[in-house]
Amino acid sequence: MMTIPHRPLAGACLAIILSATAPARAQDADAVTFAQSVEPQGLDPTVSSPVAAGQVTWQNVFEGLVAMDRDGRIVPQLATEWAIADDGLTYTFTLRDGVIFQNGKAFDSATAKFTIERILSETSTNGQKANYTAIADVQAPDPATLILTLSERNADLLYWLGHPAAVMVEPSSAETNGTAPVGTGPFKVDEWRKGDRVIMSAWDGYWGEAPAISRVTARFIGDAQAQAAALQSGQVDIVGDLSAPELFDQFTTDPAFTAVAGAGEMEVVAGMNNDRPPFDDPRVRQALMMAIDRPDLVQVVSAGQGTPIGSHFSPANPFYQDLTALFPYDPEKAKALLAEAGHAEGFSFDFKVPNRDYAQRSAEILQAFFAQVGVTANIQTSDFPAAWIQDVFTDRNYDMTIIGHAEPLDIGIYARDPYYFNYDSPAFRDQMATIAAATSEEERAAGYQAAQDMLARDLPALFLFSYPKLGVWKAGLEGVWENGPVPANDMTDIRWSQ
Amino acid sequence: MTPSPSRIRRLAGAALMLLVTSLVIFLLIEAAPGDPAEIMLGTSAQADTLAALRDQLGLDRPLMVRYLAWLGGVVTGNMGQSYTYGVPVAGLIAERMLVTLPLTLMATLLAVGVSVPLGVMAAARQGRAGDGLATVFAQMGIAVPNFWIGLLLILVFALKLGWFPVGGFPGWGDAGWGDAGWGAISALILPAVALAIPQAAVLTRVTRAAVLDVAAEDFIRTARAKGLSRHRALWRHTVPNALLPVVTMLGLQIPFLISGAVLVENVFSLPGIGTLAYQALSQRDLIVVQNVVLLFAAIVLAVNAGTDALYARLDPRLKARQ
Repeated sequence: MMTIPHRPLAGACLAIILSATAPARAQDADAVTFAQSVEPQGLDPTVSSPVAAGQVTWQNVFEGLVAMDRDGRIVPQLATEWAIADDGLTYTFTLRDGVIFQNGKAFDSATAKFTIERILSETSTNGQKANYTAIADVQAPDPATLILTLSERNADLLYWLGHPAAVMVEPSSAETNGTAPVGTGPFKVDEWRKGDRVIMSAWDGYWGEAPAISRVTARFIGDAQAQAAALQSGQVDIVGDLSAPELFDQFTTDPAFTAVAGAGEMEVVAGMNNDRPPFDDPRVRQALMMAIDRPDLVQVVSAGQGTPIGSHFSPANPFYQDLTALFPYDPEKAKALLAEAGHAEGFSFDFKVPNRDYAQRSAEILQAFFAQVGVTANIQTSDFPAAWIQDVFTDRNYDMTIIGHAEPLDIGIYARDPYYFNYDSPAFRDQMATIAAATSEEERAAGYQAAQDMLARDLPALFLFSYPKLGVWKAGLEGVWENGPVPANDMTDIRWSQ
Repeated sequence: MTPSPSRIRRLAGAALMLLVTSLVIFLLIEAAPGDPAEIMLGTSAQADTLAALRDQLGLDRPLMVRYLAWLGGVVTGNMGQSYTYGVPVAGLIAERMLVTLPLTLMATLLAVGVSVPLGVMAAARQGRAGDGLATVFAQMGIAVPNFWIGLLLILVFALKLGWFPVGGFPGWGDAGWGDAGWGAISALILPAVALAIPQAAVLTRVTRAAVLDVAAEDFIRTARAKGLSRHRALWRHTVPNALLPVVTMLGLQIPFLISGAVLVENVFSLPGIGTLAYQALSQRDLIVVQNVVLLFAAIVLAVNAGTDALYARLDPRLKARQ
């Protein structure tokens, strides 16, 4: 018979395996690691899509003239103060003195002018460019003064100057910021291991108060299960936005973690092709809205985490109002309204659904709700982002779709032409113009409320629910943003309590 | 030394094959829906911004020009710039290879190290308990997908026991060995096991069948008749002659190993070539996808050639025939 000397071998194997026993990571009071689902394509939020890049570098590495704080308020940052002329067309910023970039160059009005002109230039690849085009002229009369002249009033301008897409960049590093970012923030990027993590450390040239943490690591973990596992094993300290709500509950009861369902900016809406019958009839859209029990939907789709919405703002928005009562769940009324619109026998349509969990689940529930009022939805799964953007967004070849809108303050998309809803409402466009021309914060708030109300009645999309920001972090960690007025992982105020 | 005509023929064949593959890859990827510029800029971007980016990436050039530019680049060693990362593709691939190469190598060694002894043992004890166990292992290993094995391994060895990290990759570090080196290896152990089990299962079956086949041959009976013990006959004569189908199978398994790595790397969030391919495909970083797929094709061709060469070593008759 074969005699393989297996015992010493097995012993050696066991020794190797046991030596791999990693001691539970000792808590390092100086370091923090956060995880996010999407790895940015470059670390400069002023080019490409700002969301993932901003989640790594906004506030940590890059700062703006103004910033948004954790409650969504505009606060001074590299500009200490500003004055807006009475006609609303001239903004004069006073810039902070003694600010330098991480490459040693000084920040002054010339760099600010460069940054803004770069966003507006013809070759700009800033995905948010449209929000800044009201700026007609940029002047830097002296190093501490920046003057923006607008071609038309834009009450949202300060907001967008506080957005990650408008952080200040230094001219000589502008081309390389994508891989080697140079900002004015408290942390500098030491290394980007693509596909895995970005390693940052405190920068001693920072103009403001030094952060309590000196080492910050951003990990990119796409799979929600893996995010939860990384938290439990101690490899990650913070997941700012856990992507699977069903995994959130286990953390709420675990004393080792703090779990907060904060208000997020993402609104999940079922957009319809408002150009295409039968969705060109507002009665049909209203009937479909009444066919849906939104609280039930939230329960099933996101384990109860989330808030039903009646218009395009989420509770995270300062101008949010609850308009769900306008078209509450009422299948009988829905059927009557469909009959009135000439669809007593119902109808069927194609439902193009991106291959994202929340969208797929929502679509299946909606399909069941629609069936109750005699409407048949044929679900077609669409590869996201590539195929979905092509079909729905670019070609607008769809009946109904479903998607989460994560950009803050984006109610203006319904006034945009072209946009995938094919919603053509002069009244709504006028309303957006009124908001832009607002001269006071009260006027702006009233304008946004009226805009929400118009959408809630006209329903270019079925407003379903807002997704919460499901934050989970180690107990003992302080200063984590609970709400998400802008997608960010601001580590400047983080500290361990002991 | 001048290469023999047959070798030149084979090289030319491989080059032609790669050329055809590159065209197929390029056309397939072009035909897939999705505009890289729109995906990169997000849904808020407007037409002029999209046009600026397309211009910057060279996407507005005609199809054939882009194909030839890519091909010319590959031949001269310049794979181009990643649309999304904005860095040279070659560097990106090299970085990721530092994860995938050790991972697949570990998985292959593990698979061979487990399956050959197991297969031989099963054949030697045909019909007995050991054989039964090996067969059950082979059946299950083939039936259970590797990403599921991966999840299970994470659950048991990373979360419950805490022996290995749940995922991610700490990097090889500057030291090369020491703490960083061990951290890197321990991050690869569970993924390598997950990747190896299905391979080992297939190889166990093939080894067992091959050993049984050879054991029934006349020359083994002759060897035994000459007084060789079963044990010596097995290791001296049966196993070496049974290796041919095992090597064939190992070569055939390489494409599965690569596709398996795509899944396993995603489960363990390892920054390997599989994750790169998956990410690049979903973000339509076409230039990266093209290069990675072409690289996969080249690897498969090279492995096939290597297997052929190994045949000649294992079976002198093949060499004589050439």
